[in-house]
Amino acid sequence: MRIVFKTDYMQDIRPWKDRYQLSLYLILLAVVFAAPWVLDVFYLGELTNVLIWAIAGMGLMVLTGHTGQASLGHAAFLAFGCYSNVILLEAGVPFILAFPLAGVITGIIGALVAIPALRLHGIYLAIFTLAMSILVDDIIVLTEPWSGGVSGKYIAGIDLFGLTIDRWGTPMLFYWLVLAVTVIVTLGYINLLRSPLGRSFIAVRDSEVSAQAMGVDIARTKTISFGLSCMVTGWAGAFMGLFAGAFNNETFSVVISIELLMMIVIGGLGSIHGAFFGAIIIGFLPQFLSIAKEYVGAVFGGSTVAIPGLEFGIFGMILIAFILFEPMGIYGRWLKIRTFFELFPFYRKDMFKRQKSYLKTERLR
Amino acid sequence: MDNVQLLISGLANGCVYGLIALGFVLIYKATEAVNFAQGDFMMLGAFVTIGLTNTEYMGLPFWMALPISIGIMAGLGYLLDRLVIRRMFGQSQTAVVILTIALGFVIRFVAGLIWGHEPQTLQNPLAGREIAFGGLVLGMEDVAVIVVTVLLTGSLFLFFSRTKLGLAMQGASQNQLAAYYMGIPVKRVQGFIWALAGAVAAIAGILFAAKGSVDPSTGLLGIKAFAAAVIGGFGSLPGALAGGLIVGVIEPFASRYIAAGYSQIAPYALLLAVLVFRPHGLFSQVRVKKV
Amino acid sequence: MSLLEIENVTLKFGGLTAVDNLSFSVEEGEVFAIVGPNGAGKSTVFNLISRFYDPYAGSIRFDGHNLLEVKPSGVAAYGVARTFQNIELFEHATVLQNLLVGRHRHRRTNLFSEILFTPSARRQELENREKVEEVIDFLDLQAYRDKMIAGLPYGVRKVVEVARALATDPKLLLLDEPASGLSVEETTDMRWWIDDIRRQMGITVLMVEHDMGLVSGVSDRVLAMADGAKLALGTPAEVQSHPAVIEAYLGKAS
Repeated sequence: MRIVFKTDYMQDIRPWKDRYQLSLYLILLAVVFAAPWVLDVFYLGELTNVLIWAIAGMGLMVLTGHTGQASLGHAAFLAFGCYSNVILLEAGVPFILAFPLAGVITGIIGALVAIPALRLHGIYLAIFTLAMSILVDDIIVLTEPWSGGVSGKYIAGIDLFGLTIDRWGTPMLFYWLVLAVTVIVTLGYINLLRSPLGRSFIAVRDSEVSAQAMGVDIARTKTISFGLSCMVTGWAGAFMGLFAGAFNNETFSVVISIELLMMIVIGGLGSIHGAFFGAIIIGFLPQFLSIAKEYVGAVFGGSTVAIPGLEFGIFGMILIAFILFEPMGIYGRWLKIRTFFELFPFYRKDMFKRQKSYLKTERLR
Repeated sequence: MDNVQLLISGLANGCVYGLIALGFVLIYKATEAVNFAQGDFMMLGAFVTIGLTNTEYMGLPFWMALPISIGIMAGLGYLLDRLVIRRMFGQSQTAVVILTIALGFVIRFVAGLIWGHEPQTLQNPLAGREIAFGGLVLGMEDVAVIVVTVLLTGSLFLFFSRTKLGLAMQGASQNQLAAYYMGIPVKRVQGFIWALAGAVAAIAGILFAAKGSVDPSTGLLGIKAFAAAVIGGFGSLPGALAGGLIVGVIEPFASRYIAAGYSQIAPYALLLAVLVFRPHGLFSQVRVKKV
Repeated sequence: MSLLEIENVTLKFGGLTAVDNLSFSVEEGEVFAIVGPNGAGKSTVFNLISRFYDPYAGSIRFDGHNLLEVKPSGVAAYGVARTFQNIELFEHATVLQNLLVGRHRHRRTNLFSEILFTPSARRQELENREKVEEVIDFLDLQAYRDKMIAGLPYGVRKVVEVARALATDPKLLLLDEPASGLSVEETTDMRWWIDDIRRQMGITVLMVEHDMGLVSGVSDRVLAMADGAKLALGTPAEVQSHPAVIEAYLGKAS
């Protein structure tokens, strides 16, 4: 049993509760930093992919997990980020400028999209963003002169501080670049959550009327949330482009949007941890399934045929299981396990129980 | 004449969208949940019927297979509510949306496992027959689709606005607890509605598979139908049909008069426009929440 | 000049007149109660002050400002805080976070200083925390500081809502049925708290309440409403014995 005694307000303001917790996160960071020396190229690539998804997940988490605006169209912003990054690079802008700008441009587009979306709630917002995501495919085809349309675009390595960073040529450097951005975004996110703006996001999510009564401007808050969310998503998109090396109008399809939303739900809505847990699931599920298939094939003889849709089917089942049995996602389960050990042997089963609420109509808002 | 032909085939397509949209609205009206898997239900309904009638599967007579597959889908709808949706009692609308999207993935996966990923057509007695009508040549399937859809929408509309049970179902959606206190068996009502939505999906699937071919990814049509439901104003049955028809008609005309690629864009562009100018659809029911 | 001045305010929902040509003013430092049967338009008056509704006619002035010129979120900036009849807390946040949202109107930092968490943002957080701790001490919420709202019992939520309103450091506190659903002991606590809010903190209180014991115990003046209109205005004793009020509650003597 571990008890954290609080003697200073800074303990609640600092991102970590005590030195023990801080040291755990520092060790984690050191392990992740050292990973390229341990892992082979394939798994390093997978880990890079997980980090990129985690950035995208954090982008969507700001909007959906903390501001309560479900978006089924974030692949559109991945696309905006990816294309603007590559177009800027092709125009001769150095990466150190092009990359941040790609995020900023995507963020501005996101904030502009927020203006009509402000009046929409729940499912209406979901279908609005979903339609947007579907249309992006066609927009890319229609803007062929810039986007390359159906034939798509290619991007090889980038130059940063005199180093050539390439996903295939120098996977370690690429990994560290992604890791650095992940850490920066995570720190910014932590800071956001411990400041008034992050709290106003939560306020808007939980009760718009009382947020207003506390002086929170709903329209402004949602617009900022959209902007920040899309900026971070844009960065993830830029990395996805660099990671894939080639992309076209079908790379950022609606399915990616849905996958991203499901990912943060599985990870745990309303927590930064959730974005990472979800990214780990989505990143390693295909590997896990192919290993499992080989194993099954080895035991029952032979059948290693590809089953189309298997990944999504399994993913869907995992999600259904989580929504039914652990609505707070992996993070929620993790909190319970942690509390169990911290309070051992005083943990009670009903500790995380919520009051039962009945659904009232959402037509009245 | 050409335009009329285009209009009729658009209407027939629109009717299928309308029927899926009807399923969305039915569930939304009575339970306030949004079943994003409705399109996949339709696809499943089509495959169940194909599995029963087509000669390479069971080869039952068409008219015998119809009620069986409608019954199977109604049962599946009921079971889904019983085993999954009911546990979501009190959770947010968005959670149900995400759950049903996941469900759609699972249904597509299962359908792919059973019936494969090749497009298949339902063998039916109407196939290939045509009626000539004052210079117009209409496929029997198209006519059947339109007639069945109008009849079904009409009777469901009357059911909800005229019968006691229908009104009770609407009450259940507005406030579950209050409806429960008023003696409405909320859970049974919900189960019935999901069964009804399953049956409607089966009918839509049968009509769709009779007109064209289905494969597991046909379920994604649900997204377009959902757009149609929103355009028509979620929560109104005739509105859902109207939205479906608008989407169905706008597609062939957009590709004829603008450019081929626009038949995909048009419905969603229209949806965005509707949402921007009438945020809650053309026949909105949303009012300001009382505090 | 009074702190809050409501003049000839009328609000219509379709054909229904929810508030009918209502005028009253609240003086600085008093506890002012609005009573009346259900549907009399009491909460609607609060929602008008909070700018959730636009009045059809009339004016609402607070502390020299025309409230009808500001957005709903601008009302808090002038120093008006409120609670809600059916508790509107931020369910999936801790009590501490809820109270800190109350400090939102005092925010001096911007997006950039917050994301970098500059020393000024840190200072502001410490100040906010100190203010919030004062409220926590005042309302005895120490035990619930880090608890999620979603798991709290009803009575505690009611108090947290008052605390969140107090955390905004208001000049005027609007309490919408502060005692509804509370036990006798909790109602007594609430009574002393309202008294202390006025005396120790110097905050003017405007409340809607059904519990006549609480109303006559703490309020200086009472406004009785029925069907959106003013029935009587005066001290609790005057209003309770007013013939029109008795008629509205008990029906006409035949």
